[in-house]
Amino acid sequence: MSTIKNLSRRSFVKSVGLASGGLILACNTSIFSDNNEEKNNVYFNPNLFVQLNSDGNLILIASRSEMGNGVRTSLTSIIADEMEADWNKVTVKQATGDTKYGDQNTDGSRSVRYLYDTMREMGATAKAMLILAAAKKWQVSPEECSAKNHFIIHSSGKKIAFGDLVTIAKTIKVPTEIKLKPTQNFNYIGKYLRSVDAEDYVNGTAIFGLDKRIDNMKFVAIARCPVTFGAVKSFDKSAALKITGVEDVIEIPRIEKPFGSLGGVAVIATNTWAAFKGKEALKITWNYGENKAYNSDEYMKQITQNVHKQGKVVKDHGNVNNAFKNAYKTTESTFQLPHLVHAPMEVPNAVAWVQEDSCEVWAPTQAPQTTRKDIVSYLQTTEDKVTVNVTFLGGGFGRKSKPDYVLEAVIVSQKIKAPVQVVWTREDDIKHSYYHTTSAQYLKGAIDEKGNVVGWLHRFALPSIVSTFQSGVDYAAGFEISSASNIPFDIDNMKVEVGKAPAHVRIGWLRSVINIPHGFSVNVFADELAYLAKKDPLEFRLNLIGKDRIEDTKNPIKYNTARLKNVLRIAAKNAQWGKELPEGHAYGLAVQHSFYTYVASIVEVSLENEKVKVHNIYTAIDCGTVINKNTVIAQMEGAAVFGMSLAYYGKITAKNGAIEQNNYHDYKMIRMNNAPKVHVEIVDSTENPTGVGEPGVPVIAPAIVNALFKITGKRYYNLPLSEYNLV
Amino acid sequence: MVTLYINGKKHTIDADPEMPLLWAIRDIIGLTGTKYGCGKGLCGSCKVLLDGSPVQSCILPISSVEGKQITTIEGSSKNLDLLKEAWVELNVPQCGFCQPGQLIAAAALLDTNDTPTDEDINEAMVGNICRCGTYQRIKNAIHKTVELKKQR
Repeated sequence: MSTIKNLSRRSFVKSVGLASGGLILACNTSIFSDNNEEKNNVYFNPNLFVQLNSDGNLILIASRSEMGNGVRTSLTSIIADEMEADWNKVTVKQATGDTKYGDQNTDGSRSVRYLYDTMREMGATAKAMLILAAAKKWQVSPEECSAKNHFIIHSSGKKIAFGDLVTIAKTIKVPTEIKLKPTQNFNYIGKYLRSVDAEDYVNGTAIFGLDKRIDNMKFVAIARCPVTFGAVKSFDKSAALKITGVEDVIEIPRIEKPFGSLGGVAVIATNTWAAFKGKEALKITWNYGENKAYNSDEYMKQITQNVHKQGKVVKDHGNVNNAFKNAYKTTESTFQLPHLVHAPMEVPNAVAWVQEDSCEVWAPTQAPQTTRKDIVSYLQTTEDKVTVNVTFLGGGFGRKSKPDYVLEAVIVSQKIKAPVQVVWTREDDIKHSYYHTTSAQYLKGAIDEKGNVVGWLHRFALPSIVSTFQSGVDYAAGFEISSASNIPFDIDNMKVEVGKAPAHVRIGWLRSVINIPHGFSVNVFADELAYLAKKDPLEFRLNLIGKDRIEDTKNPIKYNTARLKNVLRIAAKNAQWGKELPEGHAYGLAVQHSFYTYVASIVEVSLENEKVKVHNIYTAIDCGTVINKNTVIAQMEGAAVFGMSLAYYGKITAKNGAIEQNNYHDYKMIRMNNAPKVHVEIVDSTENPTGVGEPGVPVIAPAIVNALFKITGKRYYNLPLSEYNLV
Repeated sequence: MVTLYINGKKHTIDADPEMPLLWAIRDIIGLTGTKYGCGKGLCGSCKVLLDGSPVQSCILPISSVEGKQITTIEGSSKNLDLLKEAWVELNVPQCGFCQPGQLIAAAALLDTNDTPTDEDINEAMVGNICRCGTYQRIKNAIHKTVELKKQR
């Protein structure tokens, strides 16, 4: 059935999330008003996201950043579908950072979730106007016209190409009411599309931030204090200046903002290698500051103590103490997880050119508007003077939501009055990041004689992401609590407490964020309780989730336990849970609701020469309406590997405030020889679309640990598994 | 002056002989398809073919490659072209950043092994990290390329 949408300005403003001044419908200027080539063409530009040229070429805008999430393909395919456009005539252009596009933060697995309706409306509006244009040209009723594959067709059979309607369409008033097409008529949505950028990726022609070149651009490497927020005391640049290609060495300030530059000493050179060598040759004396006291091993002991005593109560229903007192059996466990770092293949980098009255940057950023705002603030200028071009991102995973590296480039460019490219070394990336939190967690559970869980206590202490934004934040924030307090287990007595955990490094979000520690402890502990109850872990977990119900959350997207159990059942069916596996192999399961999406994975594990081997991963995902199945499957495959990397190797440690790891030899990744076979099933659904980029990650580590228990009889409460010599 | 032969073209450049080939290719010659990932020969993003063999260009001084034939992702060979085709068909890349290095490693494998097994692929590709985790599709695409070769 068609949905009729009233497109009053207000509803548009709301749907795009603009605070004020909704320009989207009223926009009569080209999306590329500064592009002369475009100016000479005749085009129809019904809204910010659509430009139809008279030659039929259709330019669609991607307002979110492409980092492997497939967003340039998914968002534009929604527009093209509603518009009845020919996908082969579509060219995707990347939006600059600009509030007129609404929220552009490409994080939180929410690009499609936020923009699905809006992108449909953009396409439907363009189509409606083309139909009106054709009707006007033919002097017929628009009711007699329809759109198909880049043509408007009249009931008599005559047709006209989209491109040939451009001149008339420009004169058509934007309709206030449009019809969205029936979902069963989708041409692209819900199908398998390849990335619009695949050819550029394989030919080496995709321009990542690192690949941006402008005339007379200088290459810059920056030495930053090993300890977070330490400062330069003095430095000797003489050896650096002797290196061929090094032109200058300057000090740059720390900008005390969440995504401000750390400050340090910048080496300006004619090529990247000279800049790197110059940086190594610097002799710098640092004021390390108070974070010098940070030793992550000691810190883990402290936060572990903090979860072995009562914390701040954040959820308390029933009476956990009574439940434990009257229980048939109880068990308790402590989990310790280290900091992690994103380590995207493309290091942080940015090109900036600050001129007399303008600033233009080219950056791989997940947060183009934040980037622009921070530059405006630093340069004390106005937004119209600052252009943020978004390049391809060679991986993001949350790191590139924090544009400290862009501000560095702006600072250097302004100081030396030349275009610059700041390039982090891999070591810089590992040592100066916004780290995924480290955590200690304590869980205690109780069962009755029948094996039902009657009490659940979860205490955790972890430095909060909010500490990056505000000083004095020593406890987890609300969004870092709900993944422990809103678990959909049907337990009468449940208590969640948080312990104190001040931050000593910059804490930031990393793919699936708080669901990593909570998904791990909850899934492993639930498995432990199944064994305590002498039950099959699958049946036990389905019972623990309990009857079908909508969990009462304030969120508009409801938490449906039937969907949670469904993905678990599908994963189990595909794995043939219960079947006899090769000797020494075992299955482990985990299920997680995150970013409004339901994911279950069952992993098949064995030990080969006492080392973990993951053979197969069976993943089921329910993310509501699917835009591009190809991308959803790819994200689940990739999430499996990302989850395995953190389970096997992920550990960042600090000694005297300095990060001890350096590069991919001591911060390792899963490679081809350890890559599993991933089997993905997507639940067919007409519910609203939910997140895809992150929700596949949190289930992997606990599922592996649960499988290992079956093989070894041991629970591995801490990660990574390399600590147990298992990898 | 150092003379480099890249994708069949001669480049004479004025650069420190110790400069790693990666940076000469990217910053001096201006071919940006070859990527910097680690600078220590750990991740394979910078792989190029040197007289047909895969090497990590980030740790190879240009003085050591003078006069040798270098193929980058911008170059062409029967296997490389077919691999690119299979890569696109199976939608291998996610962020795409490591894929030039992956394709070079895969081309080197197929240049010496017409019908690689999964084990052969593991061995040839173990030096290339993909943080997005596209390994399964890479493996499938290499097998697909073998099929394409048979058809043509």
